[in-house]
Amino acid sequence: MDATMDQKPYLKIENLTKNFGEFTALNDISLEIYEREFVCFLGPSGCGKTTLLRAIAGLDIQTHGVIEQDGNDISALPPSERDFGIVFQSYALFPNLTVDKNVAYGLENRKLPKDQINARVKELLDLVGLPEQGIKYPAQLSGGQQQRIALARALATSPGLLLLDEPLSALDARVRDRLRGEIKDLQRRLGVTTIMVTHDQEEALTMADRIVVMDHGLIVQVGTPQEVYGQPKTAFVADFIGTMNFIPGIVRDPGTVSVGQSTFACDTAGHAQGDAITVAIRPENINAQDISDGDANVVDAEIKSLEFMGSFYRANLVGPTFGDGDVLADFSANLVRRKSVGIGSKLPVRLPAEFVQVYASSGS
Amino acid sequence: MTDAMPPAPTNPQPIVKEKLSRDDWIMRTCMIIIGLFLAAFILLPLYTMLSKSVENKDEVFIGLANYIEYFSTPALFLSAGNSLTIALISTFIVLIVAFVYGYALTRTCMPFKWFFKIIALIPLLTPSLLGGISLVYWFGNQGVANGLLFGESIYGPIGITIGSSYWVFPHALMIVITALSITDARLYEAAIALRTSQIRTFFTVTLPGCKYGLISAGFVVFTLVFTDFGVPKVIGGNYNMLATDVYKQVIGQQNFQMGAVVSMVLLVPAVIAFTVDRIVQKKQVALLSARAVPYEPKPDAVRDTSMLIFCSIIAALIICMLGMAQYAALVKFWPYNLELGFSNYDFDVMDGGGWDAFWNSIYMSLYTAVIGTAVIFFGAYLMEKGRGFGAGRTIFHMLAMLPLAVPGLVLGLSYIFFFNNPANPFNFLYGTLGILVIVTITHFYTVSHLTAITALKQMDPEFESVSASLKAPFYKTFFRVTVPVCTPAVLDVSMYLFLNAMTTVSAVIFLYSSDTTLASIAVMNMDDAGDIAPAAAMAMMIAYTCAGARILHVLLTHGLLKHSQAWRNR
Repeated sequence: MDATMDQKPYLKIENLTKNFGEFTALNDISLEIYEREFVCFLGPSGCGKTTLLRAIAGLDIQTHGVIEQDGNDISALPPSERDFGIVFQSYALFPNLTVDKNVAYGLENRKLPKDQINARVKELLDLVGLPEQGIKYPAQLSGGQQQRIALARALATSPGLLLLDEPLSALDARVRDRLRGEIKDLQRRLGVTTIMVTHDQEEALTMADRIVVMDHGLIVQVGTPQEVYGQPKTAFVADFIGTMNFIPGIVRDPGTVSVGQSTFACDTAGHAQGDAITVAIRPENINAQDISDGDANVVDAEIKSLEFMGSFYRANLVGPTFGDGDVLADFSANLVRRKSVGIGSKLPVRLPAEFVQVYASSGS
Repeated sequence: MTDAMPPAPTNPQPIVKEKLSRDDWIMRTCMIIIGLFLAAFILLPLYTMLSKSVENKDEVFIGLANYIEYFSTPALFLSAGNSLTIALISTFIVLIVAFVYGYALTRTCMPFKWFFKIIALIPLLTPSLLGGISLVYWFGNQGVANGLLFGESIYGPIGITIGSSYWVFPHALMIVITALSITDARLYEAAIALRTSQIRTFFTVTLPGCKYGLISAGFVVFTLVFTDFGVPKVIGGNYNMLATDVYKQVIGQQNFQMGAVVSMVLLVPAVIAFTVDRIVQKKQVALLSARAVPYEPKPDAVRDTSMLIFCSIIAALIICMLGMAQYAALVKFWPYNLELGFSNYDFDVMDGGGWDAFWNSIYMSLYTAVIGTAVIFFGAYLMEKGRGFGAGRTIFHMLAMLPLAVPGLVLGLSYIFFFNNPANPFNFLYGTLGILVIVTITHFYTVSHLTAITALKQMDPEFESVSASLKAPFYKTFFRVTVPVCTPAVLDVSMYLFLNAMTTVSAVIFLYSSDTTLASIAVMNMDDAGDIAPAAAMAMMIAYTCAGARILHVLLTHGLLKHSQAWRNR
């Protein structure tokens, strides 16, 4: 199901558990990461994503479980005996050393000749797009530049694994967007296996080859950005990534659910007839165009409020189908103009079966 | 080690036991060595003293008999009451003066603040004995102003109280200034917006805001006065205090057991004060929110003028104390020949150690500053930045905190018991400059340790993680990054150790030999022998040295910050 599956796993995590006293930060986690892959650990704060990263780095060793890197068991090794480069949210650049010295720091420990070190430092600064900044101190650079230097330092020794711990969180939005592309591009060019921890779903969706969604010390879903966004495995994933409408309902018979006064078709696999369920659909998948009478999965809705989002409008829909809650739907600016939709407008909307997800009701 | 660990009840897998890196081994070993040093040079001596206090002269265990004897001897027991009285009165006076003075420096627009700040710190540069000597010249039998006492004698509670208040004043002031500096201006804006009167604002905002600082200052002052030896020795006359009792029991009567008992009594309030202070300090931290807005005082003619008058009086008193000591040191033969000259600086013709004592002090202080700073900073680094080994690090921290609770006199006496024993492998240290350096380092360990820890905590905790990932040995990062970044704190620690080593009397009084007399001890001995003017001269030598060191420190720090401005400014 995944393009990378035919490769051999580069990093193998088996039954990893981390306890801090009574608290279980990681609960029996298993995961395989492939060579050259860019994997994001995504989840809310306290979900265990940073703990997992620090266990992989050996900074906070797991309580139980095995980690293998490139076929070697590294479970108990201290960080200095593992093969990785790391970039932190705080950059952790040595403030009293110039950019050159920071980047050269790891190279010096390899007893390389001086001109070779200098050449490598220059190469790396070119790579991160800061060729002229070598003699400056970190404090003289902007946040985005500092982060790129931190990246260059981490990559200097050509580690087999690059670990990024929320590398973009401390930057402002514009710089973050640009760096996102740059890091991803660099990773693809160098082909270094990379793990990034983030709580920012957009970051994960744009950068990762695969996303590992975590919650309460467990892996909830592993998949490509498209899979995780399009077919979220649980209501938690659906809610955490992107915007999702949840409407309570009941399975009427296989392939049909009833919601409020309507029934419509969707995939109900895994749920028995009569089960209380939650129907989920993303706002952009609710459409109001090209609806003819008698179409399936069409319900009546009324627009309670309308928010202008720039390229589209986000409508707050109410209607007999939606029960007590409101449902969000994204309408193109074009549509709103053409149909002169406004607050109080009534219109039929379609909830296409292929976009409807069904989850077990969280109350049960 | 793979099969030794029992599986956790809920998890059938073995617990992963971390393999230690070479760095981990080196760091832990170094920390254990420094920890053992602290244990050997603080815990063991104290234990030896405790056991001495429950033995008779033939070193037979006699339980609490010594203590019973102590508490049933009115003369001895009375001293405890005296010490308590003086300490309480001094604490009361110093707290009020320090609070008003600190308030003037932080919360008013009084002019010449920098001047008053410098003057207030003068007593830190002099041994506590100097205040006593000055008082003798002011109010002693031949004093210039003894009429002001209306027949009361300066030798006794009055002298001790004034002398003690003088030398502990800067200690209290520094804490008060810190407490008054951390406030949120918005609280005052809110008070004004609610039309709160100034008096009410003072009692509902200002005082509660710095109450922990005041409590802390109170305990520090109390402990310092209660355990101080210098002032009562010089100006106490026949008024007995606990600290002088220890000295008399040990040096005068050679009654080591009773000296140990009095030391234990001396230790009690110090330990209580220490404990309360630690609790209070923890609460203080929570008070300051990161988003607080600094307070900027606005001019207020009446308040600023009255504060200027108050601070001028206090500053004048401090200058009078130092000035009189200087004058007395220069006067040829008080009070008969008031011509000025340097004859009193001719220490080699007096008993007490001569110029050698002064040079010994310089050497001792330099060794203490250099070795002490290296050991303390490195120890703090290992404790703060080491990986794992939580229990070891906690124990290390406790050992490092302990010296603050032990008065110098008690520490010094316990060293006699411990090192004077021929069976002790460290016995060779006894009577050397080495033991003076060691006792001074341990005596002043805690404050230095805390300064180092504070500086280290301000560094990014991930420096060590990054270094490990780059395969840099820890000592490379320590010397290339940690030490350069922490240089201001390192300089602070070395300055603190140097000043204290120059001025301390209490810890070293039992430990010097005829070859290792120190300047501060020479002051005491010359004063004891009636050579008060040379004692004043020697005390002034200490003051010049400390002032010089302090100026050097300011210049060094300033130059360093300027030099490293490129990377230090964020």
